[in-house]
Amino acid sequence: MRHDFIDRYSRLNSRIHNLPASLKAGIAVGLVFITVIIPIYTVIYFSSLLIFLIVIAALSLIPAKFIIRRMLFLEPFILSVSILTLFQTNGIISFLNVVIRSTLCLFTMLLLSNTTPFDELIQLLRRLKIPALFLTVLSLMYRYIFVMIDEVERMQRARTSRTFTGNKSHIWKTRTVLISQLFIRSTERAERIYSAMRGRGWR
Amino acid sequence: MHIPDGFLDTKTAIATAVLSAAAVATALQHLKRNVTRKQIPMMGLAAAFIFAAQMLNFPVAGGTSGHLMGAVLCSVLLGPSASIIVMSTVLIVQCFLFADGGITTLGANIFNMAVAGTLTGYTVYRIVQRIIGSVRGKFAAIAFASWCSTVAASILCAGELAWSGTANWSATFVAMTNIHMLIGLGEGIITTLVIAGIWKTRPELLDRQFVGTKRFYEFISYGTIFTIGLILFAAPFISTLPDGLERVASSAGFDVRALKEPILNTPLAGYRMNGIITPELATIIAGMTGMVVVFILSYTLAKVVAPKSK
Repeated sequence: MRHDFIDRYSRLNSRIHNLPASLKAGIAVGLVFITVIIPIYTVIYFSSLLIFLIVIAALSLIPAKFIIRRMLFLEPFILSVSILTLFQTNGIISFLNVVIRSTLCLFTMLLLSNTTPFDELIQLLRRLKIPALFLTVLSLMYRYIFVMIDEVERMQRARTSRTFTGNKSHIWKTRTVLISQLFIRSTERAERIYSAMRGRGWR
Repeated sequence: MHIPDGFLDTKTAIATAVLSAAAVATALQHLKRNVTRKQIPMMGLAAAFIFAAQMLNFPVAGGTSGHLMGAVLCSVLLGPSASIIVMSTVLIVQCFLFADGGITTLGANIFNMAVAGTLTGYTVYRIVQRIIGSVRGKFAAIAFASWCSTVAASILCAGELAWSGTANWSATFVAMTNIHMLIGLGEGIITTLVIAGIWKTRPELLDRQFVGTKRFYEFISYGTIFTIGLILFAAPFISTLPDGLERVASSAGFDVRALKEPILNTPLAGYRMNGIITPELATIIAGMTGMVVVFILSYTLAKVVAPKSK
């Protein structure tokens, strides 16, 4: 599936992948918390964290090109919000401050999501006593994202193969028709899923 | 405007996390009492649907996230409590799998978009619908409510950034609200057209009984949670007025060089209308004028979408 860019590498077989999910999640979240709180002048922390993350990335057998490309793709989000910090006294320092912290946290979360299958994270949340209703919605959502994206791509392909005009308003209208059709198909699919789940004993 | 890690300080992160948890818990309680098992897969799929719809509207890779938020779309179709849950799951998945929004700021993102977006949007929608009442009123309400939800989320985001000391209020508020007022127009158009599309083909889907009875306690909890959020993240800042540029100008000493008369006499120059004395009042009035303009636009859109023919 082309659109498995979401967590393409979460099921590899490396030393990191084989660690328990709770350990990975705990360390990742802990590192993010510390990175957010620690004062900026503890350069030794930031450099050792960077080295640590690079080592983990290497051990996890995730292709470096993938990691770099994801980081580059996500970095503009950080930059666009951190531009706002420039509009104050000592702007440059706070700008660097947030960019460094944010990027390191991004790297950490990227490694976490690509070494841990999402199902294991949901199991972890269940052990943490998150309400079952919420987790059911969450896992159903995760499972059907890929189906939805497939559907969207199919509809987009159908639209482009039947459209010959570059008219802007037409594109907007068909885009919204696509979304409404998507919703209607979602409701029909939901009913089928409910029947299937009931048929297998879910209450 | 998902806030990444590192932009909020500890107190803001904790405050938003607590408020979001309270809102999500309230929503779950409400749903547990009112939702049938049959509707649960629908919520999961609605979340996947919102996720896919957000991806569809991504204008450019990275940079400006001018995409569909979907809070009003969700709350009109599923009701406010389900919408809070659905939007929260979307944000959680985006945080963990996309790193779009940090984990320390997950509480803030959920509060801004899932909770405040839904509550503002749904409240505005119900009020406007009650005032105008026809099918056309429904669509005008949807358009206007979508705009309001986007703007509300951006105001809270600016407030949280300011409360953390990451960015100062004047610059952030101006930048974020201006951009999101424009994004809100797109959200209004898209949401209205999507619901119109559903209305034309499968109108019975719009009558879903997701909202449930006995809404009083939820109303009180949501109201309290939202008000606390407003008090923490918006109210302290609304009163500070010297514009960032003006403050810089006065401190750097070049404000005397500003032209006495504007070159062009635009009606709302400097967010001030002639004859109004207090800057605060002028800003509020300019803001309300903006809202009225958007409302008129919403009604016009509704007329296009649901002409009162036959």
